[in-house]
Amino acid sequence: MSTTRTPRTAARRSRSRALALPTALAVAVLLPGCVSNAAPEEESAEAAAAPAAGSGNDAPGDEVVIGFTAPAADHGWMAAVSTAAVAEADGYEDVELRQAEGTNDVGLQISQVETFINEGVDAIVLLPVDGAALTPIALRAMEEGIPVINVDREFSSPFAARSTVLGDNYGMGVSAGTYICEQLGDQPDAVVAEVAGIDSLPLTQDRSQGFADALADCGLDVDNRVAAEFTVESGEAVTANLLQAAPEIDALWNHDDDQGVGVLAAIEAAGRDEFIMVGGAGSANVMRDIQEGGSVVQATVVYPSTQAADGIRLARLIAQGKGLSDLVENEVPRSMTLYAPVVTAENVDDYLPMAFES
Amino acid sequence: MSVSSSSSTTAQPGAALGLPEPSPEPGASGGRRRAGLLSGSAGRSAGLVLALLVLCAVGALTAGERFASVDNLVTVLRAAAVVGIVAVGMTFVITGGGIDLSVGGLVALSSVWATTLATQALAADLHWGVMVFTALAVGTAAGFVNGVVISYGRVVAFIATLAMLVASRGLAEIIAGRRTQIIDGVPGFADFFGASVLGVPVLVLVFGLVAAAGWVLLNRTTFGRRTFAVGGNPEAARLAGIRVQRHTLMLYTLSGLTCGIAAVMLMARTTTGSSTHGTLLELEAIAAVVIGGTLLAGGRGTITGTVLGVLIFTTLTNVFVLNNLSTSVQAVASGAVIVGAVLLQQRVAGRASSGSGRH
Repeated sequence: MSTTRTPRTAARRSRSRALALPTALAVAVLLPGCVSNAAPEEESAEAAAAPAAGSGNDAPGDEVVIGFTAPAADHGWMAAVSTAAVAEADGYEDVELRQAEGTNDVGLQISQVETFINEGVDAIVLLPVDGAALTPIALRAMEEGIPVINVDREFSSPFAARSTVLGDNYGMGVSAGTYICEQLGDQPDAVVAEVAGIDSLPLTQDRSQGFADALADCGLDVDNRVAAEFTVESGEAVTANLLQAAPEIDALWNHDDDQGVGVLAAIEAAGRDEFIMVGGAGSANVMRDIQEGGSVVQATVVYPSTQAADGIRLARLIAQGKGLSDLVENEVPRSMTLYAPVVTAENVDDYLPMAFES
Repeated sequence: MSVSSSSSTTAQPGAALGLPEPSPEPGASGGRRRAGLLSGSAGRSAGLVLALLVLCAVGALTAGERFASVDNLVTVLRAAAVVGIVAVGMTFVITGGGIDLSVGGLVALSSVWATTLATQALAADLHWGVMVFTALAVGTAAGFVNGVVISYGRVVAFIATLAMLVASRGLAEIIAGRRTQIIDGVPGFADFFGASVLGVPVLVLVFGLVAAAGWVLLNRTTFGRRTFAVGGNPEAARLAGIRVQRHTLMLYTLSGLTCGIAAVMLMARTTTGSSTHGTLLELEAIAAVVIGGTLLAGGRGTITGTVLGVLIFTTLTNVFVLNNLSTSVQAVASGAVIVGAVLLQQRVAGRASSGSGRH
């Protein structure tokens, strides 16, 4: 690996190593209590076996070669995804990462995966340009016995991936809506506005649906909705109009912190500060605003940019035949949907180190 | 356009403003030039003004005071500033028989170059004007390259500027490292462009100045008349003693300059420079220019029409958002309004020119 290890990753790594043993012990101690309706003798036997199966996951194991390909890093979040994945692989001395150049060309990405197959890598971490278009080649890799870890954009066949790591777009909307409900719950007439991303994308529709569902739960609804294009410029343009459409707003959710720079510029230019704003995706900029206070941004909903890094870890475990140490079962799960936590002034210090620079 | 018509266009700014060629105002034989100018601009622009008024009426009816307020007017004009300035430059290029697809990329490149940390540090020590100058210089230089490739390299404008669009956006990505470059620590920049003079935001003032300068340049100077001549019939223009290649070079350079100005406007609006700035700007600008009444084939162009075209687009978006329409409904309505505006404009222009032939 050519990329040097950042101090931050190193710190995270040593911290996670330091935590590994206590965590395993805690699991061993707590598990019997949690599932105590089964026969106690069997439980304790399993619990005794668990640390042996799971605790040594970060210790060096068999040398594995992991192929990694992702779309071009043309915005902050995607750049952070690749950087985090490379840093993660760097932290393991038993992992050799083959990283393909980021591309938005489906054909090129397919040939990158073909190259991985021909080289006989031990696992492939694939964040596809287009989930459906990359499914056939992922299927071939699986048929050749190479486990594929699908990240962020789902394949169209369940056989195309050994394990799938997804962000939760619907959950982002739910988290943002629930937070706004908590803040405004007692005002049924509150005006809620939404600045969405590219409206034709399923992920935008999922986010908006989750937001609407969560708001409906506390008797609120979206009064004004505009859609931008994930760019600063479009965020500024639609928000300038939105602020004219709604002279009084109580809460505003912006789907994406990259376009949020423009959203905030428009809010500032209009001199508006009567509402609370919730961001989306979780950029370092927005988190710093939350940390400092004094901005309309009170919170942001994280769409983890560490998905591919998690994919690298899973690929390593699968290739080495290990399971997830914090789970009871022996195998890495088929799929995982990451949580979309709300970051506020109270917990921003925990999330800022993992945030991406837009 | 025929040789004769283009030469008469050269002599007659009025015809250039959109009046179909043989259009004698009844009973205005003495002041033909003057009458031609009036009926031309009034005729063609009247349709656009009418379309804009209809749009405003719809806005006022559906959104009431939220539409018909000074704040909202300022919002619409601010939104029009960026695309409007680019469209003014585009009007020159298209009138001169060319096309500039690179404007979006040039705006991105200028904004990114002007907001690099080095430039920001320099501007913080000296004056925020350094940033403005950088943006203008980068835009102008890139436009100059376009012009050289097209007029001296003899590459078709469509291809040359398409290549520039792709290349300049790529260069912007490299310089910015695909990051959004936020302007901070440059005192005065945001204050200056965020300010208002007598209630008019500086952005809107700049747009007004650029449009006015463009109008004078196109309609009241030799440069403008040469532009019509070159666009109408380059061979005839050459025979008339115009240095067509040099003039074409100047047109693309001018377009590059307007991209630089637009980049500064965008930097002021968004407080950032980014390689994603100006996405699809070329389409918006060309659409506004053509709806305004400038002939895509060249030889005829109108700054007034272009400004009206831009205002129709930005007002449309504003009315949509005020009524909280979904993006799908917006797309359908935009299509209908574009065709409606052009139809209306043709009817009104047709009546004004009393049924004479149209190109």
